[in-house]
Amino acid sequence: MKLLLKFDFTKVCNAVLKQKLQAHQLKFRQTAFGEIELIDKASEEQLKVFYDDINSFGIEVIEDPKKIVIQKIKDVIVDMVFNERDIQVKTSVYLAEQLEENYNYLSNLFSEVTYTSIENFIILQKIEYTKILLTSEELSLTEIAFKLSYSSVAHLSKQFKNTTGITPSAFQRIIAKRKQIN
Amino acid sequence: MNSDYINIALADDDEDDRFFFTEAFDELKLKSKVLLFKDGIELMEYLNDSDNMLPSLLFLDLNMPKKSGLECLKDIKATKRLSDMVIAIYSTSASEEDIENTFVKGANVYIKKPNDFEKLKKVLSEVVTTNWQYHTSGLNKDNFLLRL
Repeated sequence: MKLLLKFDFTKVCNAVLKQKLQAHQLKFRQTAFGEIELIDKASEEQLKVFYDDINSFGIEVIEDPKKIVIQKIKDVIVDMVFNERDIQVKTSVYLAEQLEENYNYLSNLFSEVTYTSIENFIILQKIEYTKILLTSEELSLTEIAFKLSYSSVAHLSKQFKNTTGITPSAFQRIIAKRKQIN
Repeated sequence: MNSDYINIALADDDEDDRFFFTEAFDELKLKSKVLLFKDGIELMEYLNDSDNMLPSLLFLDLNMPKKSGLECLKDIKATKRLSDMVIAIYSTSASEEDIENTFVKGANVYIKKPNDFEKLKKVLSEVVTTNWQYHTSGLNKDNFLLRL
């Protein structure tokens, strides 16, 4: 029996984090997505055990301040794309508002640390979301283009090909064939 | 990427291709360590020894004596310990069907070997940065397909 699953990423992440914190008996307050405040002081030993445990779930505690900003930018972008936020302003304005920082600063920092630009990162995320919609929800490219506010299917199709080197239909075919084998 | 090295491996029987590959990485100034293998047997012996550190990104030439890249790909995908590695096929031209077939068999990247060194640098840098995004942004690696 095969089941196709759809994830609400924000919910999954928050639920895992909450469970883990409770399992380690750490009292906390969630201040934002990917940001919590521990209410009581935890010993270093206790924190280390906690970090190791959440690491195996793909959660990492960030310490470098630059990395914190980068992670926040990524979180805002991923949330914007995957939760299909209807944003009325330009992305640069939106990011600056969300992070309460000047966009040029954010943009330069991002390029310096990640080897890619914010613009490219957004395209990459949109294409990743397109891949998920194409394969697990079996939406047509036209429906996806509309969902992701592309001006036309041709635009999305071209961006897909430019980013991955393959066409959306070839991508669909490859993933379907892989599923048949496994 | 700043503090960490990326471990990269290349299996290719052509000495010149191995040379240009390492030169390209040297010039790209990405923090990388490159391991080289002359054929598929040598590569698989290294990978199957659990004392060895696994590369996160493996470039495989398709046409190698003794054991071809495609055979290596099959073995790697059938071994759980190795199945997390990102596999880039690094080959001279092939038919559309062959290319699609390597993706179906589990390759993530297909690169047609460029003839010119500057192009090679550009292509390798694109593979590494895309791989890095998958690595650091929690993207689903099953959906990582890139053709260059």
